[in-house]
Amino acid sequence: MKISSLGYCIKQGFKNIYRNRLFSLASVATMSACIFLFGIFYSVVTNVSYMVEEAEKNTCLTVFFDVGVTDARIESIGKTIQQMDNVILIEFTSAEEAWEKYKVKYFGDRMDLAEGFEDDNPLADSASYTVYLDSADALSTVASSVENIDGVRTVRRSEITANSLSDVSGLVSMVSITMIVVLFLVALFLIGNTVSVGISIRKEEIAIMKLLGARNAFVRAPFIVEGIVIGFVGAMLPMIVIYYLYENVVYYIISRFTFLSNILAFLPIKTIFSTLLPVAAILGVGIGFLGSYMTLRKHLKV
Amino acid sequence: MLILENVCKTYSTGFPALNNISLRVEKGEFVFIVGQSGAGKSTLIKLLLKELEPTSGHIFINGKNLGRAKRRELPIIRRDMGVVFQDFRLLEDRNIYDNIAFAQKVVEAPARRIRSEVLSMLSMVGLLEKYKYFPSQLSGGEQQRAAIARALINKPEILLADEPTGNLDNANSWEIMKLLDEANKRGTTVVVVTHNMDLVRAMKKRVITIDHGEIVSDEKWGDYGYED
Repeated sequence: MKISSLGYCIKQGFKNIYRNRLFSLASVATMSACIFLFGIFYSVVTNVSYMVEEAEKNTCLTVFFDVGVTDARIESIGKTIQQMDNVILIEFTSAEEAWEKYKVKYFGDRMDLAEGFEDDNPLADSASYTVYLDSADALSTVASSVENIDGVRTVRRSEITANSLSDVSGLVSMVSITMIVVLFLVALFLIGNTVSVGISIRKEEIAIMKLLGARNAFVRAPFIVEGIVIGFVGAMLPMIVIYYLYENVVYYIISRFTFLSNILAFLPIKTIFSTLLPVAAILGVGIGFLGSYMTLRKHLKV
Repeated sequence: MLILENVCKTYSTGFPALNNISLRVEKGEFVFIVGQSGAGKSTLIKLLLKELEPTSGHIFINGKNLGRAKRRELPIIRRDMGVVFQDFRLLEDRNIYDNIAFAQKVVEAPARRIRSEVLSMLSMVGLLEKYKYFPSQLSGGEQQRAAIARALINKPEILLADEPTGNLDNANSWEIMKLLDEANKRGTTVVVVTHNMDLVRAMKKRVITIDHGEIVSDEKWGDYGYED
């Protein structure tokens, strides 16, 4: 198609939108609703994944030993744990180190209070391994295996946060994917409907174009432009809303739920938008194109 | 130029519109196709424009078999055929200039050519001063002149006119016929479907008469082929 014809087709596409403004508006609104929900779900899922990732960095087990177990046995237990799947690092904390940490944590400035225990370490049987894992999902399995090792007294887990977040993430993903698919199908239908109304309004013009020898692409192009513009505008409007909404919501949550600050780690809006914006644009344009194209194939035999 | 070989057309209702029509129109001819209502004249025009497919037989336009033409070839074939309708079929939402320019835009003519050619065509059909008028602001005769300008702007080799004077008074009908005759003198092959007995008799052109879907007469310098 020639450049001048392309300009003409684009102009006609915009004219179609104007002539058919109520249907166009409905299509833009539906597309906006879809992309808005998509944006919200994407932001939630991305943030939850990020939180899970952050939580998983601290996913660990603490392994304590039976009273009186020998150093050699402790070393052997360490080697066994080290060889297990999903174990990325183990750190040994001796009873003395445990007591030192305890003193710093609980006595702070009043170290004199701890002097009474100088020759009698109250945590004498608290030597431990801290076992770091690569995934929260593996916590239970690894913990069970470690518990069965001879000489291990108890295993403490830190999986609650990570596992819960993981579950939330999975649930949000499933619900959002289902809703988004349904909404996109609705958007596809509405854009198709808008284009088919446009076709019926321009029925006579199209018939004359065909008789005058217009190429198929030339007849179809304005309707494709119409679908793409509706899709694109419908995708970009909610992006503006999400941009301002996100920062305010994040600020509200952080300021309101300070007690959850160790769990709630939000991504900056720029990180979210670096993926969300192009994906939304592609989805909008893609659905607009697809809606028009499918309708043209059905209703416009050229 | 335009050949029909044993063309039959039966509609899905079972109505036989054309029965074994064979016809040849040479380059530069002016042909009237006459016949009573329902004789199959308009079906013939639709077949030539490939708006309908024949039930059997072959149609050749400039040597190209329409039945074998691919969909993407159809626009190119149609560019060689201008078409004029009884009800003008001008686009009501644009002025006369834009209606005629539209014909060039859809065949993707260069923008620089459009303006000069449209103005020249408007001058030829006597509508230069009314180029800004919308179809609803023009008389029937003027609308049909605009429709002829639109049909001729892309310089088609064949001009098909389906009852071009059907909605016009006598004076306007003569104006239209004069324009068609001028186009023919410039080399365009003209095929006119009409009911207008006086025009056909006065023009002294070839007359093909169709009755009940069959050609019943084909006169080189013919008279009106049947009595109303």
